[in-house]
Parts: sequence; structure tokens; C-alpha cells
Amino acid sequence: MHGRPRKAAKPEDEAASAAQAQELRALQSQLLSNHHNKIYTDEAQQLSAKLVQQNPESYTAWNYRKLVVQHNLAQSESDPDSLKSILDQELGLVESALKQNFKSYGAWHHRKWVLSKGHSVLDRELKLLKRFQQSDPRNFHAWNYRRFVAALLNRSEEEELDYTREMIEHNFSNYSAWHNRSVLLCNLMKKKSQGFFPKEKVLNDEYEHVHDAIFTDPDDQSGWFYYLWLLDQTVKTDAPLLVASWPAHESDVILSRNRRSDDSSFSPFDSFHSDSGTIPLILYFNQAVEGVNSSTITIESSFCTKDLNWKPLLQNNSQLSQVWVTHIKFPDVKPHSSEAYQLKISVGQSQGIISASGIHYSHPTQLAFKVCLRPIETEPATKKGGHRILWRDENFHMYQPQSQEPDEVVPIDQLIINDHEPTASNWRAETIANEIALFRELSELNCKIGKLTLARLLTAHDVILSPRTSKMAHSEEVLELYTDLIKLDPLHSQYYKDEHSLVLLQKVTSNRESLLNHCFSYKNLASSSIGNDICLRLSNLSLSRMGSIEKLLWVQMLDLSHNELHSIEGLEAMQLLSCLNLSNNKLGSLTALGPLRLLKSLEVLDISYNEIGSHTIDRTRYLCSTPLSHTEETSWNSDEIVTGGASVKDNWEAVLIFKSMSLTQLAIVGNAISGENFKSLLVKLVPTLEWLDGDKLH
Amino acid sequence: MGELASQKHVQFIVSVEKKKDSFESVVMEHIRMNGAYWGLTALDLLGKLHVVDVEEVVSWVLQCQDDSGGFGGNIGHDPHVLYTLSAVQVLALFDKLDVLDIEKVASYVAGLQNEDGSFSGDMWGEIDTRFSYIAISCLSLLHRLDKINVEKAVNYILSCKNHDGGFGCTPGAESHAGQIFCCVGALAITGSLHHIDKDLLGWWLCERQDNKTGGLNGRPEKLPDVCYSWWALSSLIMIDRVHWINKDKLIKFILDCQDIENGGISDRPDDAVDVYHTYFGVAGLSLLEYPGLKAIDPAYALPVDVVDRIILDR
Repeated sequence: MHGRPRKAAKPEDEAASAAQAQELRALQSQLLSNHHNKIYTDEAQQLSAKLVQQNPESYTAWNYRKLVVQHNLAQSESDPDSLKSILDQELGLVESALKQNFKSYGAWHHRKWVLSKGHSVLDRELKLLKRFQQSDPRNFHAWNYRRFVAALLNRSEEEELDYTREMIEHNFSNYSAWHNRSVLLCNLMKKKSQGFFPKEKVLNDEYEHVHDAIFTDPDDQSGWFYYLWLLDQTVKTDAPLLVASWPAHESDVILSRNRRSDDSSFSPFDSFHSDSGTIPLILYFNQAVEGVNSSTITIESSFCTKDLNWKPLLQNNSQLSQVWVTHIKFPDVKPHSSEAYQLKISVGQSQGIISASGIHYSHPTQLAFKVCLRPIETEPATKKGGHRILWRDENFHMYQPQSQEPDEVVPIDQLIINDHEPTASNWRAETIANEIALFRELSELNCKIGKLTLARLLTAHDVILSPRTSKMAHSEEVLELYTDLIKLDPLHSQYYKDEHSLVLLQKVTSNRESLLNHCFSYKNLASSSIGNDICLRLSNLSLSRMGSIEKLLWVQMLDLSHNELHSIEGLEAMQLLSCLNLSNNKLGSLTALGPLRLLKSLEVLDISYNEIGSHTIDRTRYLCSTPLSHTEETSWNSDEIVTGGASVKDNWEAVLIFKSMSLTQLAIVGNAISGENFKSLLVKLVPTLEWLDGDKLH
Repeated sequence: MGELASQKHVQFIVSVEKKKDSFESVVMEHIRMNGAYWGLTALDLLGKLHVVDVEEVVSWVLQCQDDSGGFGGNIGHDPHVLYTLSAVQVLALFDKLDVLDIEKVASYVAGLQNEDGSFSGDMWGEIDTRFSYIAISCLSLLHRLDKINVEKAVNYILSCKNHDGGFGCTPGAESHAGQIFCCVGALAITGSLHHIDKDLLGWWLCERQDNKTGGLNGRPEKLPDVCYSWWALSSLIMIDRVHWINKDKLIKFILDCQDIENGGISDRPDDAVDVYHTYFGVAGLSLLEYPGLKAIDPAYALPVDVVDRIILDR
């Protein structure tokens, strides 16, 4: 009962209502009886007409009416006039039912059904719609019907666009009209119809148009989303681009078969260990693409790299992914000798890499890097699990670059994509600059949408204008805007916090100096190991979400502890990660750990002091690959009782997540889930585990 | 803040069944199958499903089945996917899916898929993404998703995606929280959530929360309504953006819509209560982890234990 006041019924009302109910019930049962017995007499037809007018939601009655129409059409002479009169009568009936309830799905569909028979005067429909849309300009049934009629009438999209303008000018607080405008404009620009090309001119006009709405009433949401769409049209490049890779262009990678020993002549940032002599090759695009395979990516090298198997890094079976990985196996080296290989990767020389919207990758890119294989040492390799990683502050020391070329130390952002659209680029920069100036005014009025739009504009400005320098010139201002918004609009404070985290990470990763401030050497003084692991420490930053991962593909040891992360979405791209500290965050479920299943090098994981097991609602239940989303088969026998009374059925998420990992160390203490039963389940699920919550297992 | 008047709501839901002669129940007679699903799921979430007579319900549900395999909204009414899903959901609640000729029901639903991947609601051909969700959810509960072309079904849903990140009922139609639930739910069940721009859709959805009341609306510049505590909230959960709204304020809004004296929940405070809003209010509170309620699955709109039993424990 929408919008009907709650009140106790008066006795006389109740009596009237009972009488009404009795009449309606009689009509309904008579209709069902006529329907089942296929009775289409005049009397029966009139009864059904009466019923749909009294109760336009009665769908069986509408179905009966369709049978009536078919019956009458079959009975009538086939002259157009009598056909038309049968159909016109039906349209009249629908019209009066719609007057009773113009949100009735059944009535609107019945009208479409009648029209689809032909013979009706369509111009009348537009007049009828105009009346309906004047009394309720937001009725989505009417707008849908309008699109249907416009298509039947072959009305041009320009005409319909004018209609949206008319509606908006009458009252700009009409989201439905703005929506329809965005659909129509998009089609017209795509078709490059006359007057809608180049798109720059069209968008400039639209900016003016929506400014009127936003500046008249900044609290009215109608224009907000339209503006965001315009901004997106201005900033985004349709074509897929490669934005990052590991190994990076022009980098030197040191590959060792043994655990690396202390050898300061090499930059630890580029040293990578692999027992099998393979390195991952990661390609990170600006959007999800498909068609990454050994024919679209060619590799030149002195050894055989044919038929590489490219995998999308995604938590389901989709072949559409922003990040792709393959593994390159290097030839075996002789003991005590090292070998260097030059590799040249060509991305998109032949067509086949395509974005979700069907746009081809059209910026062929070359990556060249050198991989140096370290000699195999005679000492037996020690597994990392052998010595326990302790995430204590005293084990971390500010990283001091020792390389002669300090600029090359951290291999970030070496991939530069040339912008092939200089004019469009100028227009973009100019437009964004104008918009920034305008929204600065609105922002000063302590206006939510003013501040939020300004923050979005400044971020867009930094991203499109400085890909080469990687300097986020406005990050301080944007961070301040989000801090203001948290106070100004507390209802959505977590949204602004998340945005704040993303900007903060952009800032941290934007240049070598700031990134180096977060790089530490890990040395466990208590153990005999002499490693020179570099740990990126992004702890204690109040991060509520992760971002800028394309800048962090090189990271092998990552400390994200003491933040407010409830999700680690995107972390699956960090294929080199072997040690990860997520302790003291807000991870709420085991399925939130889904991205870790794709990190095949991960050995050390700390998820202690999170909220795993404290929530009844699992927010990543459908983002993680599980049988619930048909992205994974049920791979366990549900009757199986694992150990100590922990059944697989009750712990299917744990089976799913941990079974595919080869962890040697895990800390899970401080979560609601981490009882003794659960820990014995873990020991069983992860046979490689050597340390659990600081206890040595074998 | 008040508390959830669970006992009163149970009484209200049970009493609705007995007031068959009121004008409201006659007007709604043709959607009694939906009503049964709303009422019974609410009872289950409140931990009181046992107060109903299972055999009586199951026998009535079966009487609503048509020869085609589809279910009508009540005895004698035409079959339609809207009621077929409700019938399957009601039987699922009672763990009684085995009373069905599953192949027959699945064939009815699968037979409504069109060449472009969309679904009709019944033989008369109305097309809507609501029906895509219904078909996918229903076939998944019956373990018969293989009877349809899932890829085409997903592509049709994606063709209804809008620039604001939301979804409408047909291509080009305006985004609406109810429709978004259907499309996001269908994509969730088919493992296709990666097609959604979660940040864009998440922002649109979290802006449905009204500053004054704390309630959610279904489209920009519309009034808040308890039912969107399901449609918008479940969508936010499926894309992991539910923290972008204020939970406490929404809980308060739902509780404010209770009829404390006679039970039931309404669309807005002080409006007339009905079983539809009672269900969506309770389901919303379950999504908000309100204490004492069973957890509900955001995609199948059934209690989590029911979904896990059916999908995971074959």
C-alpha cells in the first residue's frame, strides 16, 4: 500500500469496503470461469472490461482480453475499418484502465500488444503520452512506452532529443528526461549524425545546459549523474591501452634459482627468485580486454618462448580482464655461470585485443627488458618458511639506495603511452580547466556536489595532464576536499574515505621519492637468515581500500597492517607477492581473501585481528569464485568431517580459499573464526604450512 | 531508537492470511503466490516458519501449477514467471522442491527465452530484465541453468546497462533500484559481476539514502520507501559497496515504519502496513545484520541456510 495513511477503519468504511470486495470477487470468479470455458459472449466481454477497469493489475483478465481481441478479429470481416474499430475499442479500454492506475505493467503491455497488430493511429499515442507525462513526468512506464512508440513512428532521435530539452526546460529536476537525453546523445554522437560531430562541440553545449541545473539547485540530484557522464565522455579514452607491466620496459631483472643471498651489487627491487627458473610477465591495461594470447603478444628472445599460456587475472572464468599474466621459463644455466637474456615483447602488433565495448587495441607497444640468471649456488636452498617472518618494527630499516643510478632503483612508470589525439587532448585540458574554475566557486559555498565534483575534476586533471611526470599536482587539495566532505555529508563518509584512500595511494606511488619513503629493508636479527628483502610498508595510513596497484607490480613483500581495509580487490595483479601483512584491518569474511587465491607465489600471510567470522552477511559472497555464482564446481564432499568436528559443509569458504594456496606461514589469531577446531582444519587444508599463529607446526 | 516488534510482525503476517475478504486481499488475489513468498520468507527470517502448516501451503502451491509447468498467482490464474519463481522459493523454504516435476518447471521457464537472450514473462511476450533475473534464479535453484543460453542472457542484461551504472527493464530504459537488483542478482548468480562498474553503480545506489529520514529511494529525487531497503541494499552488498550508506540511520528508518500496535511495516512512517513492506523491512534489517534475524542471501532473496543447502549441498 504505497502512500496510504495508516488509520483504523471506521465501521461504515469497513462495510463499504466489504461490499466493494464482494462485487470485485464476483467479477473475478466469473472472469476465471469464462476464461477457462473459453466463453467470449458480449456479456463475458463486458464483464472483463469492467474488471480491468476496476483492477488494472489483474493480469489474467488482460490475458483474457487478448483472447477476446483475437476472437473478435477472427470473427470480423477482414475489412480494415472493422479491424480498426476492434483495436480502437481495446485502446480505449486500456486508456481508462491507465487512468485508474497508470503504473500497471499489465495495462501498458496490453497497449503495446494492441499496437503491434497494426491498424492503429500512432499520432494519437504521442498526444496521450504528453498528457500522462505532464501529470507524472517521471513515470518510467510512460517513458518506456514513448521509446516504443517513437520507434514505431520512425521518429528521429533529434526530435526525441528536443522533447527531452522541452521536458528539462519545463522542470530541470527530471532525472528521467536527463537519462533519456544521455541515451539519445550517445547514439547520435556514435553515428556522427549531422550536428553531433565533432563530439567536443556537443559536449561543450551540454556542459552549459547542465550547469544551469546544478547551479540553480545544487542539492537536486537530477543533473549530478548527467554531469558525471559528461565528465566521463571528456576524460575517458575508448581505446584500450597498456598502462603498466612487470618486468617494466628497460628494466634489468635478476632471476635466481636459490633464495637470494646478500649481494648489494644488485638492486633488490628487481631481484626475483624462482625454483623453476620462471618469471611472470604481467600486462596491466587501462580497462578489461579480451584476446590476449600468443598471437597478439609476440616475444623475441634467444630461446623458445612459443605457445605461452596467457591467463586473465580475475576471480571467475571470464576471458575479459584488465590484467593478464603468463610465465616465461628460462633455459637451465650451468653451475657458477650466469647468463643474460634480452626479451622484446610486442603488444598488439596483430589485431585481436579488444575492449568490452568492442574497441580494438590500436597502440602497438614494445617492451624490452633484460633478465639476468644468477648462477645456481651449491648450498641447498632454504625455503622462506624456514625462518619465520616477524612483522616487527625493529626488523625494518629505511631503505638506503646503493645503486649507482638512484633514478632507476624503483622500476615504476617506465611505460609511456603516446597520446595520438593531440587536438582532442587540448580540448580535454581546456574543458577540465574551465570546469575546475567554475566548480571552485560552488565548492566555496560549502556545497557537497560542488566539492565532490571539484575533487573529481582535479583528479581527472592530474591523470590526463601529467602521465609523463606522474606528479599528482593537486593531490593535497583533493585530499582536503574529501576530508571536508566527510564532515559535510556524514551519511556517505565511507564513500569519501574510500576516495581519500585512492588519492592518497596515487600520491604515494606518483614518484620515486615518495615511494622510497615507504620502502624498508627487512632483516630479522633474531634469525640467522641474511636476506635483503625490500618491504613496501603502507601500514597505519587509514587506508580503507587499495588502489594504484599498476604502480606496485614489482612488490614482493607488502605491509598493509593497521589500516581500515575491508577489501583487497585488485591485489591479484601483484603476482610477485610472497609476503603479505593484512593484520589489524576490517576484512569481514573468508571470501574477502578471494584475490589471494590467484597469488601463486604467496607464502607468508598475516590476517590476524580482522573481523573474519564476526558478520552474518558476507559482502564478497558473490565477488569470490564459488559454486554459488557457478564459477566453481563443488570440489568437496559435503559429508566429510575434517577434524575435531569441523565439517567441510560448515567451512566451505575456508576449503575454497586455503586449499589452493601454498602458505608456509599464516597468522589468523584475533578473528572470530579462529578457534582451535578451525586451526586444525587449516593445518589439514594447507599441508605446506610450517607456522600457524607463531607456533611451529613440524 | 525503537526495537523490532518481531512478535507483532509474526501475528500480522499470519493474520493477513485470515483476512481474505477485505478489499485489499481481493485486489491482490492474483498475486497471492508472491504474498506467500513475502510472508513466509519474513517468518523464516524471524525464526517462526514453524507456525505455518507446511502440507497446507505445499498443496495450495501445487494447485496453482498450470499444465505448462508454470505457476499462476493463485488457483485458476494464468501461469507467469513472476509466480513460478515465488512458488519455487516457497517450496525451497520448506525443503520441498522434490514435490516438483523439476524438468517440467524448468522447461516452462527456459522456453520463455527469446533469440536475443531476453526473457518473456509468459506466452504474451512482455519482455523485462525482471524476467531475466527470475528465469536465472529459478533455474539455478532447480539446478537447470544449462537449459538456457546463459551467455546470451547475460549479454541482454548488459545491453540494459545505463551511463549511471544502473540498469533498466529494457535497453535504453531508466535505472531503477528494483531493476538494478534484478540485473545485479542475475549477474551475481551467473558469475558475471565483473561487467559492473562497481564504483559508479555504488555511488548511484548510496545516493539513494535520504539525508533527512535515512531511508532509501529507488530513483533520484523520489521519496524513500522501505522496499528499497531490499532492492538497493542487496545490490550494494553484492558489489561490496554497502559501507557507503549509513546503516544506523537506515535501521532507524525501517523501525520507524513499524506499526508497533498491530504489527506490520509500511512504506513510510505512519502509512498503512502490508505484507510486501513487512517482508522488505525484515529482509533489509537482516542485510543490516540486525540482531536476532536469520541472514538472507542478497542474490536469491532466500535465507542463507536455504541457499547453501540447495546450491552447495547437492
